[in-house]
Amino acid sequence: MRLLFREALLSFRRAPLLSALSVTTIAFSLFTVGLFGLVALNLREALRGIEERVEIVAFVLRGTPPETITVASEDVASFPEVLSVAYVTEDDALARARRELVEFRDAYRDLQTNPLPASLEIRLREGFRDAVHAEAVASRLQGFSFVEDVRYGRDWVEQLDDLRNLAGILGLVIGGVFAAVAIVIIGVTIRLTLLQRAREIHIMRLVGATNWFIRGPFLLEGGLKGLMGGVLALLLCYGGYAVFRGNTPALAGLVFFQPIHMLVIIVFGVLLGLLGSLISVGRHLRMIGGRTDRRIV
Amino acid sequence: MIRLSHVVKTFPNGALVLKDVSFHIQKGEFVFLTGHSGAGKSTLLRLLYAEQRPTQGEVRVGGHLVHALKADEIPRLRRRLGIVFQDFRLLEDRTAGENIAFALEVTGARTDTIPARVTRVLTQVGLAPRAQAYPRELSGGEQQRVAIARALVNDPAILLADEPTGNLDERATRGVFQLLREINAGGTVVVMATHDLDLVRQTTYRTIEMREGAVVYDSAQDDAGGAEAR
Repeated sequence: MRLLFREALLSFRRAPLLSALSVTTIAFSLFTVGLFGLVALNLREALRGIEERVEIVAFVLRGTPPETITVASEDVASFPEVLSVAYVTEDDALARARRELVEFRDAYRDLQTNPLPASLEIRLREGFRDAVHAEAVASRLQGFSFVEDVRYGRDWVEQLDDLRNLAGILGLVIGGVFAAVAIVIIGVTIRLTLLQRAREIHIMRLVGATNWFIRGPFLLEGGLKGLMGGVLALLLCYGGYAVFRGNTPALAGLVFFQPIHMLVIIVFGVLLGLLGSLISVGRHLRMIGGRTDRRIV
Repeated sequence: MIRLSHVVKTFPNGALVLKDVSFHIQKGEFVFLTGHSGAGKSTLLRLLYAEQRPTQGEVRVGGHLVHALKADEIPRLRRRLGIVFQDFRLLEDRTAGENIAFALEVTGARTDTIPARVTRVLTQVGLAPRAQAYPRELSGGEQQRVAIARALVNDPAILLADEPTGNLDERATRGVFQLLREINAGGTVVVMATHDLDLVRQTTYRTIEMREGAVVYDSAQDDAGGAEAR
């Protein structure tokens, strides 16, 4: 076990430049993935803020008794998708219009009768704030006899859906590409170490070291580089995050990764390192392996 | 100890390097494998330590069916063999002692036993005082002795030597050869590939001569002194 760590760490000392290079490339790969992750994370946060405002408005027929509406709104509130139901009376609506639509204040003041209908304003629970659920709730609301009309920002909700899906797909694609690049880079750097140490590996095989024994230090080396790359990537991400947030007041609300996200990035780095070295070592051992006809060293 | 039966080896490029080779080496033997470069000596040795697999035929070494070994079974075979090469194959960045210790470390020997075992084999090859020397500080003969010590440190039943004196001057050659004879006298089978016929003629050890991938002479079967090599 001690030998395993000694050999793995020795490679850092034997080839400090190469090791630094591979850690840096892993870090940059993960940094890019991390940056995208931060963008996605903040996009999601921002969307959540917008989504919370997704509401369905059911306009109530004039002359409907308030008791009927109160009973019905309790009904609506018990829909699984529904977070809250607010009853806006005709007077409330007028008051709000006077307050919010300043340009028409005079017009509203002179009114003899209130032209605005009463309405139920319905907000959906998280996870139901998409076009499909909004439409389902809307059509159920249509079924109430006192409901004159139902409005929800259908197009707007659908666009929100699309945007979110696009962000997800883009994240997966870019993340995948960078992961592949990282694996290749780690594989190449491990391979350089392998070539540097080809003589040693050759002798290890001759005296009867097992393949796992030979692989061990390289896997550990890959894993360690992945770990260091992951930590470095997080630091870089935090640096980028701090710069953006510090310099742009509008972005003061930006959020950084939760501990679980950071853990995922680091674990991902370690996995990339392990995978890269496993592929590289496997190929090398097969190439110089006991069962090929190629000459060795 | 070693038995080859109708061994054929064809390289991927089609070259036929071993043609129906059969022989049997018994416990305690010292065997010269002679022949010109390209006669198939090195390939034959590689089959013995499972570096290559025969195209046809059977290779048995110390109870192992080497021709049928799976990759993860090869290390067990090699721990029972000592292997020595013309070019020594020492690690330049480690001392003589460390080179030998390396062979023990990577085969999982108990750490506390290593120094004593290294000293024992270094003494056996006459290099105990040079344990701290790096290969570049040693003569060719001394480097080969370190390589032989490394081969001996796992107490092999068989020592395979591929042109072990090929890079050495006459005096060093005599020394290394004497060492191999001593090792054989201790009961270890020694198979030594060489084209140094002077060396071969000095002794009455069994000689297997190869030419173009075939055994053309085996002193254990043909009458002694019958080959052109002698």
